[in-house]
Amino acid sequence: MDKTLANLEAAVGGIEDGMTVMIGGFGGSGAPIELIHALVDRFQRTGSPKNLTVVNNNAGNGRVGLAAMIDAGMVGKMICSFPRSADPRAFTEKYLAGEIALELVPQGTLAERIRAAGAGIPAFYTPTSYGTDLAVGKPTAEFDGRHYVQERWLKADVALLKAELGDRMGNLTYRKAARNFSPLMAAAASRTIVQVSRLVEPGAIDPEQVITPSIFVDGVVEVADAQQEEALMRQGVAHVG
Amino acid sequence: MSAKLSNAQIAWRAAQDIEDGTYVNLGIGFPEMVAKFQPEGRQAIFHTENGVLNFGEAPAAGEEDWDLINAGKKAITLRPGAAFFHHADSFAMVRGGHLDVAILGAYEVAENGDLANWSTGPKGVPAVGGAMDLVHGAKRVAVITDHVTKDGKPKLVQRCTLPLTGVGCVTRVYTSLAVVDIEGGRFVLREKLPSLSIDELQAVTGAELVLPPQIGDLVAPEL
Repeated sequence: MDKTLANLEAAVGGIEDGMTVMIGGFGGSGAPIELIHALVDRFQRTGSPKNLTVVNNNAGNGRVGLAAMIDAGMVGKMICSFPRSADPRAFTEKYLAGEIALELVPQGTLAERIRAAGAGIPAFYTPTSYGTDLAVGKPTAEFDGRHYVQERWLKADVALLKAELGDRMGNLTYRKAARNFSPLMAAAASRTIVQVSRLVEPGAIDPEQVITPSIFVDGVVEVADAQQEEALMRQGVAHVG
Repeated sequence: MSAKLSNAQIAWRAAQDIEDGTYVNLGIGFPEMVAKFQPEGRQAIFHTENGVLNFGEAPAAGEEDWDLINAGKKAITLRPGAAFFHHADSFAMVRGGHLDVAILGAYEVAENGDLANWSTGPKGVPAVGGAMDLVHGAKRVAVITDHVTKDGKPKLVQRCTLPLTGVGCVTRVYTSLAVVDIEGGRFVLREKLPSLSIDELQAVTGAELVLPPQIGDLVAPEL
């Protein structure tokens, strides 16, 4: 079995207008910059995919990565916990102009909704947000004397992730704190595409070290010397215009 | 009323209550300062929402590894015995009752333990991060804050007027003037600045302070 993809263009080829796309990373840690930029480039070349719903903890920083997607005008809605950053212009401008929708989700609830989707659990109860504005309209229940809010799973059509080592079958390891949401998103998306910093043969990753097993992964593409969002942002790089 | 503790002194005072070996989450911004003031001989284990336990100080400028950051997106270092984990495990630690202490900032704290610290109203871009998760699950949820707002209005109130982060979740408040516990839906005064009378403190507090027989002096070193 070989899930390697020819190049970045092929990796983002199946993403269509209106899809829900999960993007791994927390701030710049784990952000799959090259996959995102390949998608932005495709949009700028062809006008598609547009009107995407994007799931990420944040809503971009500076003018690269997710911020570049938003700048390009291909994101219709963000589902995230914290749409602020050192340089949140891209999202802020579009949000205040009414050009992008926002579903604000507490961070742990966001993680668990994604986890639940990958695990086949349609809904669950959490104490988070009980009695707050973010629980309005959601069912609540009492268990052992405490109040909980019902939250639903969050699925996606595609997940775009970054991993450190990946073998041709799709087994993955991550670097330091860069895994964050990615193992959850890998399971929650119908199609999971991963840029790996080093592509290896099956067997090269010790099975005891695999963090995301291959069953959750559909395609891997090697991007050696991957760029880091935080570093690009600090250099003032802009991917769009 | 002029004397009050600086932010560093409030953080110092909160740090004195953190025992050796406890698992602690510090909210982004002001609460992060608590880590600097751990008493000699004690070592807390710090948790960050994005999947690290037992992180240490910031690296030297130029030594940053941007795959190794905290919830505030600042570069961090690791201590021996650190661990990485994904976000669902991270919030299992939070909601599952495994953290000993969470320390957060506040816009308002009510005498029933309600906390408002994520939104000042409908203007601008709303952002919540992990605050609504952190207030549930930690064995102690403490707040560090100035006692009053920049306009001099009480931040300790009968009922919060700003959007809530959590209901009945705060157990202790460290302010620039006092240390207050929340017990049975009331503010119980534990310590106050020695230079401040009870009446003066009550005048800048938006709900009645319950006065136990013993009220300690709130004294912090110059920092």
